[in-house]
Amino acid sequence: MATVLVNDISVDIGDEKLNCVQAAQRAGVTIPHYCWHPALSVVASCRMCLVMVGEKKPDGSIAMQPKVVPGCQTPVKDGTVIQTMDPMATTAQKATLENLLLNHPLDCPVCDKAGECLLQDYSFKFGNASSRMVDEKNTPPNKPDIGANVSLFTDRCIMCSRCVRFTREVAGTAELHVVQRGNHSEIDIFPGHPLDNKLATNVVDLCPVGALASKDFLYKQRVWNLKTVNSVCTGCSTGCSIHLDTNKDVVYRLRPRFNPRAQGHFMCDEGRLGYHQVNSSQRFRKPLERGESGTRPIEWSAAVASVDRGFRQVSGVDPGNAWFVLSPFLTLEEAWLLASYARSVSPFVRIVSGPVPRVGEDDTYPKDRKGRPASNIKFTIRAEKCPNRKGVETIVSHFQKTPLSFGDLLQACDAGSAHFVYVTGGYSSAHPGFRVDDADKLSKVPNLIVHDLMPSALTDRANIVIPSAAFSEKEGTYVNHAGLAQSTVAGCVPLRGMRTDGQVFLDLLGRKGLVRAEEIRKEIGKAVSVLAALAQGSTGEFGVFTGSGS
Amino acid sequence: MPAIAEKNVRWVKHPKLSLAEQIYLPTIAQGMVTTISHLVKTLTGTNSIQTQQYPEQKPSLPPHYRGVHRLNRDEQGRVKCVSCYMCSTACPANCIDIVAAPSPWPDREKYPELFVIDELRCIYCGMCEQACPVDAIELTTIFDLTGMSREDMMFDKEKLLSVFDQTVAMGTDPVRTKGGRLSVAAEPAGSGLTTSSSAQS
Ligand code: SF4
Ligand code: SF4
Ligand code: SF4
Ligand code: SF4
Ligand code: FES
Repeated sequence: MATVLVNDISVDIGDEKLNCVQAAQRAGVTIPHYCWHPALSVVASCRMCLVMVGEKKPDGSIAMQPKVVPGCQTPVKDGTVIQTMDPMATTAQKATLENLLLNHPLDCPVCDKAGECLLQDYSFKFGNASSRMVDEKNTPPNKPDIGANVSLFTDRCIMCSRCVRFTREVAGTAELHVVQRGNHSEIDIFPGHPLDNKLATNVVDLCPVGALASKDFLYKQRVWNLKTVNSVCTGCSTGCSIHLDTNKDVVYRLRPRFNPRAQGHFMCDEGRLGYHQVNSSQRFRKPLERGESGTRPIEWSAAVASVDRGFRQVSGVDPGNAWFVLSPFLTLEEAWLLASYARSVSPFVRIVSGPVPRVGEDDTYPKDRKGRPASNIKFTIRAEKCPNRKGVETIVSHFQKTPLSFGDLLQACDAGSAHFVYVTGGYSSAHPGFRVDDADKLSKVPNLIVHDLMPSALTDRANIVIPSAAFSEKEGTYVNHAGLAQSTVAGCVPLRGMRTDGQVFLDLLGRKGLVRAEEIRKEIGKAVSVLAALAQGSTGEFGVFTGSGS
Repeated sequence: MPAIAEKNVRWVKHPKLSLAEQIYLPTIAQGMVTTISHLVKTLTGTNSIQTQQYPEQKPSLPPHYRGVHRLNRDEQGRVKCVSCYMCSTACPANCIDIVAAPSPWPDREKYPELFVIDELRCIYCGMCEQACPVDAIELTTIFDLTGMSREDMMFDKEKLLSVFDQTVAMGTDPVRTKGGRLSVAAEPAGSGLTTSSSAQS
């Protein structure tokens, strides 16, 4: 047990190895810092975190060091005393900020970082209101082509070198480096080697100022207009925790959210840009029914009634001819509701999990100089391009005691013994779940229902198409590759007139009311033993591990 | 909310009306005196109050009047706005809609691709004008705006720039452009955004 005194607040840090910045955080005190980041090596170069440090002697007297030290580089131990309000420390902080602002353009009105900029925040809290600089400022040219997804506003850089260390230590690709010296230092790339690794846009989140900007988000919104909810990336089975930033029900940006149980601090670029499908104008908005003269839009209630009628007709004759395909893009709650609906009609209805899109091998970072994976893995982009295979498979095996696969369904289609098939989709268009020949086989089914986001080969062959809601529009739980169950919150309401998947399943089940994911989670937790961790309803900020882990 | 203790409550009764107040006649007579005195003044031509023949005769309003907005142009005739959203953030009526884009000009990073003010929703408070760091938006003395539909009253960038041209031609620049001190950022290039001396000049 070790006790540290921060501005006379004593905090117990156990036996953790912390620096002054972290220890102060525990005490609720902010030590301003730029270059230090918990996921990167310590360089102590920005000098923003200068504080007074001392030691409490066994006899109770306190001996302070006669100078300021960088808090990010100074470890604390039992009896360490940190003073952030000491005049020597505050003067040093003021001086550091004045220095950082000497050449800063202060173009906050047109800077994308304004509103979440640490230079703004710290200047306001710890800095001076005016500058004594009388000389002309440096105005190095911007470098919009520094990377495919990233743009550099060179003059706003405060040389914290977080971006450089990220590309060296986490991505391993080391594209960024510092050129020139002193006041003329700049971030740059080697000619012909742009910042284009698969984790590149993380440097934008790391950059404490508006120097590095995401081209995707550039000038789209001012950040203070955005509403943020906690969500989960659905791009692969790593299940990165994210912040979902929306305004007026349009998704504008995904940002990684720190989660030590899922992925750490970062996320990959593919996942970060994966939200565009949500805003696509091609998305289905109304249920469609195929007649002799092509498809026509129908009412939701008519679609639900027609699906229910078709299903009961087939299962009245032989329930083994009715199939339900649960996509690995469904949330646990949706999978549970749909499977419950299938089972509520007959125990012989067949429930299978949908195809799992896989691309290559798991891609681990950091890479070495030649692009080969190194041994100390810090980030993994998984080959399995869906968020909830584990969860959906658990639900399917709970309901379907004799295991069946999607391949069995295709065989049944060939044999003409599948008469009613309800397929759920939601796959990303970059990694489609159904191949065209799967769709051809499924098109032989007399009554094919497809529940999906966007037109595809399969929806073209469906008798009834039901629109899906996107991940940003529904609440639910995803179980990642390691069995970590994380629940999300809806960031926007569904498109006008749309129903979420869960709502459709509730309607099919004839259950009244709106979908309340938390209630359904409790229901699942009680019924399925491997998912018992969900029984308390909430999965907390970081998620809970379920028994379906590896 | 905490309940208020009975001892802290002071009950106030309506004052009782006297008989004269109850029959109203004295008050009416008092009012008639004012009316008739004006009538007499008008008939004898000694009235100081003038009736303006609006709309034939337009009033000349002081330059700080808060009427229809205009978007100012810079020396090269380009829209001055840098699309910072300060006005729309400050606007209490949420009636300014901006779509920003990278600017087509090398000397600037950002410009408004679309800029729409809903003049029907606007309460003409002038907060947008105060918020603008480059003095790009101003309220003019034009007050009599009409339109045949709600859409007509959504003023877009072109329309707002044309209000600038119109007011410049009429010589009715708003107070800030006319004589007032512009904000720091709107001062000529080179004077610097940050030096404290220029902020006071
Ligand atoms: S980096 Fe921060 S301080 Fe600098 S212009 Fe952008 S918002 Fe303003
Ligand atoms: S670009 Fe941003 S992250 Fe990189 S050194 Fe400059 S301020 Fe730091
Ligand atoms: S005058 Fe007031 S209400 Fe009208 S646009 Fe400006 S800030 Fe909004
Ligand atoms: S405050 Fe001024 S510069 Fe900013 S968006 Fe409004 S008009 Fe444009
Ligand atoms: S955060 Fe400590 S020196 Fe930069």
